[in-house]
Amino acid sequence: MQMVQAQQSNTQDLKSATQHQLNHDHSGHDHSGHDHSGHDHSGHDHSGHDHGGHDHSGHDHSGHDHGSHAGHGHDSHSSGPCGHHDGPYDPTGTAIHHISDGNVYSILDAIRIPLPTFLYAPDKGWDFFMSSKFHIGHHEDGHMSYNGYVMHHGSAYRVVDAGFPMEGSVAHDCFTKKTVKDAKGKDKDINYVMYNGKEYKLDARSTFDAGLLGGGITSFYDYSISKNVLSMILVALLLFFLFRKAAKAYTRNPNSAPSGLQNVLETVFMFIRDEVAIPFIGEKKYMKFLPFLMSIFFFILGLNLWGQVPFLGSTNVTGNLTFTMVLAIIVFIVVNINGNKDYWKHIFWMPGVPVFVKPVLAAVEGLGLFIKPLTLMLRLAGNISAGHIAILSFIGLIFIFGDIFGGIGGNVAGTFMSIPLTMFMMALEIIVAFVQAFVFTILTASYIGAATEEHEHH
Amino acid sequence: MIFLISFTPFQPTFGLAFWSLVIFLLFWALMAKFAFGPIADALQKREHDIQGSIDEAKKARQEMSNMKAENDKLLAEAREERTLMLNEAKEQKNKMIAEAKEQAKAEATKIMQTAQAEIESQKLAAKQSLKAEVGTMALDIAEQVIRKDLKNDSSQVDLVNNLVSNLKLN
Repeated sequence: MQMVQAQQSNTQDLKSATQHQLNHDHSGHDHSGHDHSGHDHSGHDHSGHDHGGHDHSGHDHSGHDHGSHAGHGHDSHSSGPCGHHDGPYDPTGTAIHHISDGNVYSILDAIRIPLPTFLYAPDKGWDFFMSSKFHIGHHEDGHMSYNGYVMHHGSAYRVVDAGFPMEGSVAHDCFTKKTVKDAKGKDKDINYVMYNGKEYKLDARSTFDAGLLGGGITSFYDYSISKNVLSMILVALLLFFLFRKAAKAYTRNPNSAPSGLQNVLETVFMFIRDEVAIPFIGEKKYMKFLPFLMSIFFFILGLNLWGQVPFLGSTNVTGNLTFTMVLAIIVFIVVNINGNKDYWKHIFWMPGVPVFVKPVLAAVEGLGLFIKPLTLMLRLAGNISAGHIAILSFIGLIFIFGDIFGGIGGNVAGTFMSIPLTMFMMALEIIVAFVQAFVFTILTASYIGAATEEHEHH
Repeated sequence: MIFLISFTPFQPTFGLAFWSLVIFLLFWALMAKFAFGPIADALQKREHDIQGSIDEAKKARQEMSNMKAENDKLLAEAREERTLMLNEAKEQKNKMIAEAKEQAKAEATKIMQTAQAEIESQKLAAKQSLKAEVGTMALDIAEQVIRKDLKNDSSQVDLVNNLVSNLKLN
């Protein structure tokens, strides 16, 4: 609304107005009624669309135009911001949406399993509820708010506008997005929810990237059992069940040859033990680290494969940087807690090199200490996310062809292109699932091996 | 930048970090205690058992081959002994035969010599007694010749012939 004001008064004030909006002056909304009084849209029915239109035209003038908003100019009264669904297929948005975490577990955009949602805001405390309170619909956007929270693209957002009803549930309209420049000149997306014809600003999702990846400090924290968390729990339980069954078979018939499930798991187990744990850590110490390596390998493998099962939500846990970061931190801690004297000596005062080289090597090795887990984290997330995006892109061909050639014919042509490509990609992704789990485990084993290695020659 | 802004999988979130940590640590602890630990131990034990069995089998085979070698040795020894014994027996036999022959020969020679001596002495005795008898006979014949008066020549001749044919040599 500040944008509109700025447009009407003086374009020279645009910059300050944008910053004003970033600072989020709530009083700006109080003036919106006055600004639009001349447009005859004071009613609460669908006039909100036109308000959105004003805001977008403001963007056009300020040069921050966003591709998806191009059709929502000031003069086009035919479609407001809530007519968003009619736009052409957006492959990027769809792919990103599908590989993201969410507060609802959707299968084929038809079955929506509500998840427990735990939200904490320092100024108002905890909110515990099921995400079905949001009445989630198409695009995983909610239709109802709950205690000042709304659901947009599968994630819970908090309305940070005093005018919005903060208690109980109210029905709201669609969501709009604006891109503004922040103080450093970076583009920043701000989401709004439409309610009673007015836009109410949403706080960003709760992240802790210090603003590096578009997040920042938010007024609430999302501790929900999200789609990824549910997948983790299910995979962990499934693996526990399978391995428990195998372990029982060993204790029941310790001297009989393995068969069935026990045989399959044993083959993989022995492979990790004989090709990863023993060569890298050594015959003497590997038993101490074997459960850790096995946990890492099978947890990652299970989640990789879980995400590849079609029509099961295609969750992207191992492609999520948060998850891989946690694993990498655990690896970092396990490696360095077990580091012996030689390990630290090799990092900070490398033996066998001239003294003037030692500080240089110490700096390099010190950096390497942190780069190792960082690469673990990025490699796994990147590979798995890339696989998901590739598959989604090939499936997206169906809709892209539909858009290009129009109607069912295009869709059919796209389907014929899409099926072999998607099948090929899925086969590849099954290999990637194993390879990435293996790579993560073998690198972890090599770091542990380096940290616990005995040097006799110094 | 627009990509990154909405690239939610790469935005770290508190909730997911918290739950990932909790779930992974629980998974690790439970799997180590109830699944991976027992399986690793069982595998190790089974491998030891298998190795032990193999070693035992190897040992048994070694023992068996040792025993067989010993048996063979014993057999060979026995065979050799048998041959030796046979040879010895043969030698003994030959020796005995030779000895017996020798003895028999000697005995025979001795018997012959005794026999010869006996014959000689008998011959001598016979000659002696013949001499004595011939004398007596001659005397008898002469007596009878003389008693018959020598009637004719032919009767003389017949008488002599008769006398000679009556002459018994021993």
